[in-house]
Amino acid sequence: MTIVPAMLLQAIPQPEDYIRILPELVLAIFGIAVMVLDPLVDEEKSQKTLGAIAFVGTVAGLISTWYMAQSPGLAFSNTIRIDSFSVFFNFLVIAIAAVVILSSFEYMAVQRIRAGEYYALILFGVVGMSVMASAIELVLIFIGLEISSISTYILAGFRRNEASSSESSLKYFLLGSFATAFFLYGVALMFGATGSTNIDIISQKITASSPGVLVFTAMALMFVGLGFKVAAAPFHIWTPDVYEGAPAPVVGFMSTAPKAAAFAVLLRVVFTINAPGRFWFLWLAAALSMTLGNISALVQSNVKRLLAYSSIAHAGYLLVAFAMPNQEDSVTGISAAMFYTAAYAAMNVGAFAVVSHFANAGEKYVTLEDYEGLGRSSPLLAAALTFFLLSLIGIPMTGGFFAKFYVFSAALRANLIWLTLIGVVNSAIGAYYYLRIIVAMYMRESRKEVPVTPISFSLGLALSLSLLATLYLGVLPNRVLQIAQHSAQDLMPQPSAPNSNVAQSPASTPVPSQ
Amino acid sequence: MNDALGPYIVSLITFVPLAGAVLLTFLPRRDRDIRVVAFLFSLATFCLSLHLPVHFHRGLPGFQFEIDKPWITSPNIHYHMAIDGISMWLVVLTTFLTPLCVLISWKSVHDRVKEFFILLLILETALIGVFTSLDLFLFYFFWEATLIPMALLIGVFGHERKVYAAVKFFMYTMIASVFMLAAILWLYAHTGSFDFVVIRDQIAKGAVASFPAAAQWLFLGFFLAFAVKVPLFPFHTWLPDAHVEAPTAGSVLLAGVLLKMGTYGMLRFNLGLFPEQARRNAPWIMTLALIGIIYGALVAMVQPNMKKLIAYSSVSHLGFVVLGIFSFTQSGLNGAMFVMLAHGISTGGLFMLAGILHERRHTYEISEFGGLASPMPVYAASYLFIVLASVGLPLLNGFVGEFLVLNGAFQAKPIYGILGATGVIWSACYLLWMFQRVFYGKVTNPVNNGMADMLGFEKAAVWPCAAAALVMGVAPILWLAAIDPAVHDALAPLAQTMSKVVMQ
Repeated sequence: MTIVPAMLLQAIPQPEDYIRILPELVLAIFGIAVMVLDPLVDEEKSQKTLGAIAFVGTVAGLISTWYMAQSPGLAFSNTIRIDSFSVFFNFLVIAIAAVVILSSFEYMAVQRIRAGEYYALILFGVVGMSVMASAIELVLIFIGLEISSISTYILAGFRRNEASSSESSLKYFLLGSFATAFFLYGVALMFGATGSTNIDIISQKITASSPGVLVFTAMALMFVGLGFKVAAAPFHIWTPDVYEGAPAPVVGFMSTAPKAAAFAVLLRVVFTINAPGRFWFLWLAAALSMTLGNISALVQSNVKRLLAYSSIAHAGYLLVAFAMPNQEDSVTGISAAMFYTAAYAAMNVGAFAVVSHFANAGEKYVTLEDYEGLGRSSPLLAAALTFFLLSLIGIPMTGGFFAKFYVFSAALRANLIWLTLIGVVNSAIGAYYYLRIIVAMYMRESRKEVPVTPISFSLGLALSLSLLATLYLGVLPNRVLQIAQHSAQDLMPQPSAPNSNVAQSPASTPVPSQ
Repeated sequence: MNDALGPYIVSLITFVPLAGAVLLTFLPRRDRDIRVVAFLFSLATFCLSLHLPVHFHRGLPGFQFEIDKPWITSPNIHYHMAIDGISMWLVVLTTFLTPLCVLISWKSVHDRVKEFFILLLILETALIGVFTSLDLFLFYFFWEATLIPMALLIGVFGHERKVYAAVKFFMYTMIASVFMLAAILWLYAHTGSFDFVVIRDQIAKGAVASFPAAAQWLFLGFFLAFAVKVPLFPFHTWLPDAHVEAPTAGSVLLAGVLLKMGTYGMLRFNLGLFPEQARRNAPWIMTLALIGIIYGALVAMVQPNMKKLIAYSSVSHLGFVVLGIFSFTQSGLNGAMFVMLAHGISTGGLFMLAGILHERRHTYEISEFGGLASPMPVYAASYLFIVLASVGLPLLNGFVGEFLVLNGAFQAKPIYGILGATGVIWSACYLLWMFQRVFYGKVTNPVNNGMADMLGFEKAAVWPCAAAALVMGVAPILWLAAIDPAVHDALAPLAQTMSKVVMQ
């Protein structure tokens, strides 16, 4: 067979190609269905009906992800690759969306926000994130990034009557488009340097010849764009303002799902391309994010702002896993980072679900003072929030503990002793501000009249799902870690040592890179 | 294995209190039922834990009742639990004190009773887990797990400045223990195992890459976490706050068991994993211990608050334990172990007695009392008994341990023994002086005339401590028979490094 017919054949999408983007298709169809049905349903009932359709959509998305996982491979002229890595992140972002949709029902009703496009936007955002997770073509990644970003820009402004929400949306939009422009510029330079936007080809080109200045610049620009999306210092300034103004469930969504997708892209860019000259870049970003995030969080009195700074700090811990100086340690680093994204998603979505319930109409009750005495007035929610906060601190029995644990052991294996020390000291500092919320809830008597509303069924379901996930990752982390390790193998440009070997044998070649 | 229950008994003892806590969460809020259930579960745990000393083979070295099952394959974490002569008695001490804590809290806790006993039982599980786990990961897991119930006990059920004390306690121990976590992670990264025995053997064989360069830092990482917990002299400032604000049961477990986690950790990990570094660092550690003994005693002497006085006496007594451990002599370590147990019992008793007074007068100020011996004779007699045990009167438990420690310290360096011995005198001074001010003379404050003597459940809580103090003082061999071989084991690697030094 000659080359030409093969290429032609490739250009025509096959049925497998569609299976490999099945989750995206399913989610998009459900999103459109929500939009179309919106004017048809009674406004009173629209909340429940449209939310239920969206939730069914995410469940269908999860099932189709499972179906897609059965036929791994390339699709659409090598722009999409389905392997266990992309399946992992597809599954993660869709699951996050499902839980967030569940926790939104009650919130939207209480805030008197018309549902309409809200649920559709979440679904469309997830489509973009799924594309980011499966694409191996930088331009396609960019399109995914835009789809997901634009949805979240709008979602951030959904409390239309509040000035802070519009401010949040506008800030996010202006700064975010600036950052995506950086990313796009990086992609363009990369194309100039290597003649391709396909990650696999770029990887081969870069390893074949020593990379020039253009490649370094391209990497730096792409890193700026992605650093903004994951809220890593020094590109984190937008986070607290945006998180403070945006609706609480949306914050739960955008602090986890788009971040997970951006981390997936970052993992591909850093490890598959084996980006040159990245070490100090990532080292600094990790150290800065951890330190700035934690220290700024210490003095916050608004719980949403506090959790915003905490999310910066967590992006820092995650970046520690990226700062692997050599290829052998990469698999441990990648799997640690993947585990961390999953654990962080579980606990943060849960924490924001509680915050959105406590916030009440008009998000009036979001300061530490409002949380005083909640341990007595609504013990179940307070206990749930405490559990999520303990997980964010990194106390054993929670997913947050193993997440930190894997990241720091990966760093120590790679002999990043200073970075690990900065990390562990930071996690001790971090304990203080999470503790402030727990102290307010349990050890102080309420000074204000804070209304306590009963928990709706959907919120209860959302909370129990996140609780279970956090607990599962904290007690039986094995399975998820194995999947992550398996995916990490897929991600590496050439398969290195088998994972059991890498994970269990002591580091044989310590690299004195610090 | 010792018998059919063999490998499972340790897990059973560890998790029975947790099962009790889970059961309590589902019980309706009828305070009486909750107290009874909590008491039954803690008593059942104590009875189960007696299985250990009964079936323990005292002649055999090493760990017994061992269970080693893989828990997480990657990283290589095992559910590895076992006890030896050292940890066995600390487990029994924990299970012994918890039912007494339930009794002493019977009436004094009336708000959020359910939460209180749930936290108490969770704390018991975590404490037992610390002493029984041999996998470093599992150990850290339980170590951190003790933190939350204890901080909540202080912060929710404590007195006026409870929030400050709880946060201080939490932050102090948390910050110190992350350094231990870093050291544990380093060891895992370079040995591929969390198992205490495996790591110990690998280090002893010199099979760990780049260990000599890191050893001192690793030693310090572990040591800092333990020193804060003990608390050793400059790290002790959280202790008085935590004690004064904690509810009685919290204080009893804090002084009785939590502080022992630190000394146990030094004995097991600092000596077991890093014998050479332990030897090298011993001089300054022993100096800090001596400062702790004398400083703690002097500060205790001038405290106007009874609970603070007992808290500082703990600083002083725990100084003896550290002194004994770092003397590296058989007698010093035996003594250190014995002081740990004796201090747990007698200080636990003292805190219960102080709690009884607080229950009646809502104050710990010594100056508020005086002449209590006439309205409360039984109470005064019990108090005197426990005070004498704590002071170290021969035939009571305090004496044996302190004698052995001083003997060991003297062998290490006479000056350590001499300075340490003054601590015994100081402790007699502050405790007896406090006793005199509270109980003798005329009743100065008329309110005190109307105070009821000890109630039935209070007697049930305090007298077992007194009985244990007496038995430990008269027949220390019952305890030392198991401790001695274990200590001998613990000292073996030190003896090797010693001979290495001599050969060079």
